[in-house]
Amino acid sequence: MRYESLIDALGHTPLVGLPRLSPTPEVRIWAKLEDRNPTGSIKDRPALWMVEQAEKDGRLTPGCTILEPTSGNTGISLAMAAKLKGYKIICVMPENTSSERRQLLRMWGAEIISSPAAGGSNEAVRVAKGLAAEHPDWVMLYQYGNEANARAHYETTGPELLEDLPTITHFVAGLGTTGTLMGTGRFLREHVPDVKIVAAEPRYGELVYGLRNVDEGFVPELYDPTVLTTRFSVGSHDALRRTRELLESEGIFAGISTGAVLHAALGMAAKAVKAGERADIAFVVADGGWKYLSTGAYEGTLEEAEARIDGQLWA
Amino acid sequence: MAIEVRIPTILRNLTGGAKAVEGKGATLDELFTDLDAAHPGLRARLVDEKGLRRFVNVYLNDEDVRFLGGLTTEVSDGDTVTVLPAVAGG
Repeated sequence: MRYESLIDALGHTPLVGLPRLSPTPEVRIWAKLEDRNPTGSIKDRPALWMVEQAEKDGRLTPGCTILEPTSGNTGISLAMAAKLKGYKIICVMPENTSSERRQLLRMWGAEIISSPAAGGSNEAVRVAKGLAAEHPDWVMLYQYGNEANARAHYETTGPELLEDLPTITHFVAGLGTTGTLMGTGRFLREHVPDVKIVAAEPRYGELVYGLRNVDEGFVPELYDPTVLTTRFSVGSHDALRRTRELLESEGIFAGISTGAVLHAALGMAAKAVKAGERADIAFVVADGGWKYLSTGAYEGTLEEAEARIDGQLWA
Repeated sequence: MAIEVRIPTILRNLTGGAKAVEGKGATLDELFTDLDAAHPGLRARLVDEKGLRRFVNVYLNDEDVRFLGGLTTEVSDGDTVTVLPAVAGG
């Protein structure tokens, strides 16, 4: 396929079957390979849509500085777009994120401001909001509340899935900003009767939940629970186990959050088998494993890997 | 047998530092009331007059109870309930 520029190569990612992990010929699992996007993650979709919407609205003009709280992938996508379009970019990132993500951000020209590890992305959001108030000329696209994030998936991810898999019964994805699930979920609900929209939320080590009190929690403004059928919390043990299983059985080298999503997808598959129902379950491979090699997630026993990523933001 | 309830770091001041406590009840609501007897104040940190607090997530065997039945979700011996504060991703 030929494209005018890297940005134009966004989306239209492959949907591949998992013949070995699918439990029966009637209950099939399909992986949407979002690592095949320009910077290697699903976040290219919302990042480009948020940038282009801000340009249309006149919020972003040449020479502007973009500010964004991010655990990595959104920042990397924004940094690539910013480089090609001539913006400066500052990312606020929790300090417990992998070094590959930091190196990539800097390569694409982003400045990184670290936020404390305890509290994870909640702290990054808080720090970024403070900086935005101090620097009104900086443009915070704010992925957690930017409607263009969910719309990117409503307009692209959803239609691509339906075109490739008209018999889709389930969509399973990771829950972070909630943009993927809200946008894709709304599109599929409008077109597929009784489609099930399932969220897999990473459950990190205790450090990440180190808030001062429960009233400091965070729910993204984009989140609308009525779009979802259900929501699972998946711990690092299951996420790592499934990440390895995906590579072992199907040859797909994915990031750790994908293991969490696959875990939920396999759970839904088992339920369908038990109920004697047919199912075509599509799940999102948000990124490849490359950016997480230094965490030690792919080496040694599962228990060793689990101990190494404890306290890391692995999704 | 009882129901195991995993407590997040920020609420362990109410459980004497315990990471997990045990309780009983037929529903989540009853379970939280039972826990409150042994750990006074715990229920009020999880539930307000409108139900589960906004920034508190509760999972029954890893599934979000808001999609099961909220406080009326049925629980039984051997189940694991996990309480976590809501955090951002992305």
